[in-house]
Amino acid sequence: MTSPLEQKIRISGPSIVTANRTFDGAVIYRNASQGWSTDLSEAAIVRTVAEARALLAESVADDIGAVGAYIAPVEINDGGKIKPGNLRELIRLRGVTIELPVLA
Amino acid sequence: MYAYDELDRTLLNERVEEFRDQVKRRLSGELTEDEFKMLRLQNGVYLQLHAYMFRVAIPYGTLSSQQLRRLAHVARRYDRGYGHFTTRQNIQFNWIKLAELPDALAALAEVGIHSMQTSGNNTRNVTSDQWAGVAPGEIEDPRIWSELLRQYTTLHPEFSFLPRKFKFAITASAHDRAAIKVHDIGLRLHKNAQGETGFEVLVGGGLGRTPFIAKTIKPFVHGRDLLSYVEAILRVYNQYGRRDNIYKARIKILVHELGIEKFAAEVEEEWRAMGDSALTLDDAVIEEVRSRFSYPIYEKLPHMPEELKKAAHDAVFERWRRNSVFTHKVQGYAIVTVSLKPVGGPPGDATADQMDAIAELADKYSFGEIRVGHEQNLALPHVAKRDLPALFKALEKIGLATPNVNLISDIIACPGLDYCSLANARSIPIAQELTRRFANPETAELIGRLHINISGCINACGHHHVGHIGILGVEKNGEEFYQITIGGRADENAELGVLIGPAVPFGEVADVIEDIVEAYLALRGRPDELFVDAVKRLGVEPFRERVYATR
Repeated sequence: MTSPLEQKIRISGPSIVTANRTFDGAVIYRNASQGWSTDLSEAAIVRTVAEARALLAESVADDIGAVGAYIAPVEINDGGKIKPGNLRELIRLRGVTIELPVLA
Repeated sequence: MYAYDELDRTLLNERVEEFRDQVKRRLSGELTEDEFKMLRLQNGVYLQLHAYMFRVAIPYGTLSSQQLRRLAHVARRYDRGYGHFTTRQNIQFNWIKLAELPDALAALAEVGIHSMQTSGNNTRNVTSDQWAGVAPGEIEDPRIWSELLRQYTTLHPEFSFLPRKFKFAITASAHDRAAIKVHDIGLRLHKNAQGETGFEVLVGGGLGRTPFIAKTIKPFVHGRDLLSYVEAILRVYNQYGRRDNIYKARIKILVHELGIEKFAAEVEEEWRAMGDSALTLDDAVIEEVRSRFSYPIYEKLPHMPEELKKAAHDAVFERWRRNSVFTHKVQGYAIVTVSLKPVGGPPGDATADQMDAIAELADKYSFGEIRVGHEQNLALPHVAKRDLPALFKALEKIGLATPNVNLISDIIACPGLDYCSLANARSIPIAQELTRRFANPETAELIGRLHINISGCINACGHHHVGHIGILGVEKNGEEFYQITIGGRADENAELGVLIGPAVPFGEVADVIEDIVEAYLALRGRPDELFVDAVKRLGVEPFRERVYATR
């Protein structure tokens, strides 16, 4: 499989790097302090291909902490709040769109 | 039930400890994800949108009550209190933590359950008819052969790194409940002109991006030659199957590109070269496996017990009995399908509490045995007919007496974009909306047998190609759209459905299905002409017109 770093990077607006946490698979976002957060509002925002490539590179380098890092689009509203840029990321952030058989 | 021996138990325990060590090394950083990925996949561990997903095999769909209780325990202790039964006689847990997986595996190994080869490019769980051993008219119990294949393919060194995944399904009944024609190898037990039992071998079936119905490669292979013939097929596939392109790597592509005659000739040459090998099964080996299956000691019971006659006055019970209870090979007994398709629920999901309750009912009414079908329902295979009213009441109490088996709301659906990292669109909310639209049981019975299958992407885990109505989720400009096919079927007359027109948006899918059903009700030749037969007779055009005339 092609490494994420060898894949062509295309971004058309503000983007973040997201992955899953290795020990439990939880959704995590790369922050500006070279760490991870489960809170999207703490994600580092990139706006150019060069920035995205650099953030992805440092994310992929953390092979112990995270699995499957990739760049995902986000939207930033007038108040500066970060929102997922597509349905897949919305579901990853908020969870399934259905009621779980057993309440969490 | 099949009783594992010491060898099986040792294998499982060693595998658990091996995986425990692999997980430990992954978490410490000694193994990279690239190194670990193949190892976790070979133990049924995927990474999905929200968490790791853990797929556990239920070989040939047979579970003991003890095993089902242990699955409930794993759901409760290591997951979020429920599991999802799949279209290949597996159960999936959606929220498992990698660090806790070895303990979950150890708990399962104690009762003879495992997740080996439920993923990866190897031979997968061998599936079979969920009514095996109890279906009237069956040639013989296909699980004997499923178990032989399971033992032969488990950790087989030559077939652990195939070009792509490889799936077997076996049936021994005229009516195929195991969907053998959409498997890499489908096996149909039958008798030849001499009265000998053997297999029609089909090859190259499959769904996904490039769907094919399997073709018969050999009309009759004697039981003693099953393993050698299957090995010959796998060798040809292993040699010629494409490894350069994941989308062309399944055996169905090889069979299609070579043509069934050339492929069959290659297999025949390989098989002849093998001669009488160690793979030729002698009767003692077959009998040894056969002897490890235990069967209930049935009572001599009347065909129509008093309890059933009395309950027949209860219309609600009668409705459930009509579509959930099926003929058993032994007089006085019945096979009961337990629908996991409640109105508004995710298809195939069961909570840990429901699993425990079903295990208890299995102990009380079904000799402690449960079956899992590819339609994502469970079955109690040995219920005395006198117990049916009591069983119905008990199922009602736990929300599992939905009278919709084989009807329009008995929907097969993959997890879709709510869980799956491959999906393009959601499946479960579509299924939920359809079950609400067709919640009226009288309407559902009026419509009759109609299978809806939903997949959230082209990988087709919901088998949409062979649904009487198939629904495939696609993504268009960031929005969920759904292609609709009609006329597919997964039984002995398997066919691929035909696309009726352009994809429709999420919010219109249920309306479109209602239009198709209304067209069918208006067009069917007689009340008992099934939807799929009406499509065969009429073609897709009348349905296409109905759906798109106003869209």
